[in-house]
Amino acid sequence: MTHLSVPSFWRLNKAKYGLVGAKCAGCGKLMFPPRTVCPGCGGSKFEPAALADSGQILTWTVIHAAPEGFDAPYAVALVRLEDGVVVPGQVVGDLTNLGIGATVRAVFRRLNENKDGLLLYGFKFVLSA
Amino acid sequence: MTDVAVVGVGQTKFGELWERSLRQLGTEAFNAALTDAGIDRNAIQALYVGNMAAGYMSSQEHLAALFADHCGLAPKPAVRCEAACASGSLALRQAWLSIKAGVYDVVAVLGAEKMTDVTSSAAITGLMAAGDAEWEGAIGLTFAGLYALMARAHMHAFGTTREQMALVSVNNHKNGVKNPYAQFKKEISVEDVLNAGMIAEPLGLLDCSPLTDGAACVILASDRVAKRFERPAWILGSGQGSASLSLAERASLVEMPSTKAAAADVWKQTGWSNKNVDVLEVHDCFSINEIVALEDLGFCAKGDGGKFVERGAIKLSGEIPTNTAGGLKAIGHPVGASGVRQVIDICRQLRGDAPNQLSGVKRGLCLNVGGVGGTAIVTALGVERQ
Repeated sequence: MTHLSVPSFWRLNKAKYGLVGAKCAGCGKLMFPPRTVCPGCGGSKFEPAALADSGQILTWTVIHAAPEGFDAPYAVALVRLEDGVVVPGQVVGDLTNLGIGATVRAVFRRLNENKDGLLLYGFKFVLSA
Repeated sequence: MTDVAVVGVGQTKFGELWERSLRQLGTEAFNAALTDAGIDRNAIQALYVGNMAAGYMSSQEHLAALFADHCGLAPKPAVRCEAACASGSLALRQAWLSIKAGVYDVVAVLGAEKMTDVTSSAAITGLMAAGDAEWEGAIGLTFAGLYALMARAHMHAFGTTREQMALVSVNNHKNGVKNPYAQFKKEISVEDVLNAGMIAEPLGLLDCSPLTDGAACVILASDRVAKRFERPAWILGSGQGSASLSLAERASLVEMPSTKAAAADVWKQTGWSNKNVDVLEVHDCFSINEIVALEDLGFCAKGDGGKFVERGAIKLSGEIPTNTAGGLKAIGHPVGASGVRQVIDICRQLRGDAPNQLSGVKRGLCLNVGGVGGTAIVTALGVERQ
């Protein structure tokens, strides 16, 4: 699997656990994941910004040939959140209505286990009823 | 600045080469290129190596010195270049720049990758290091998955069909039949592609290039040296573009801004447009990417790639014969070698000794893509200097 060590995952905790991005103090651009240089204006001052927890599926796939550490099949989508930021995530639960334009909301879930046996948590999406 | 030409080409067979190691593959391709050029290894002043994942796949880094030593070039300098699946073209471009800059007259460019020493699922994991590890790899995305996300977006936006994507693989397999170096020398049908098992929906096994071992090498020379050769293929332009590794951070899911930037630079350097290209090599790592590439290079309008393929434009008899030796799909895709192999197949068309030789080929173009377009490199080659 793509191996994220304990400290490398710990550094991402805020963003992964709370779906927290960054807002550029210079131009107001909202981004996820957070960066240290704004791709919009080149600024380097940011405020943490909790992102909207629902949005629409822009595109999706179901992965059948999985990397190490994941059990296929599972669905992955790019979701445009209500505040306009696009994030990738697995889609879980009832997938009957999985499709482009479907409304989803972010949920806190276990992602997988790293090589050191650490359970990694973060957000996934479920389809809204 | 001096002009630069390819004066020697060589490659190994591409495939599952269990009996040969990374260093054996690399030196075999290097020796083949030397023989083709008809020069002594002492004439080579520096070596540029393209490789993506030897650390992951073979527990071997420090490839520049390794190959300098095993090719008999030490103590001359060597450089390893990495840009995922565009590593080969990146090495070629750096070598081209070194001659342009007047530092060297003769250099070798060696692309090599050994992918079958690890399991398929380990290879899928290793290749995913070309994406964003923290945000894409960490949620179980794969490279087939990233291109599947693009394919679905393209189908939704433009009505592109699975059949149109399948025709890309069908054409590449047909072209690969006569290529002695190809991993698969077997024709396939649209039904074969549609009925193959799913890898990442909507991409099936036969929409995907395989895991491959192989190496490819070219010898580059300045005009002072190259004019002594019988059939130099001149590198008339080289452009490179970058974009975010992650797909989610792109403004569009149906195009590669890196390809557009690289192509724009090459059109500026050469004064060409797509109308001047006789033969084309594009990066068909997944069928959808050949369609996206044809659009981004301007051979058809954005969104028309599927229809362009459907009306036979990419066939040997079509308006822009594409991947005439079989592409990544049929020849195989040893990721660090593919960019160099593409240039070799254009050189063969320019010299007149290609497996599916076209008539009157004067100008060729290659597009080599790293990741899902984080890097794109376009190289223009011609029989004549401009």
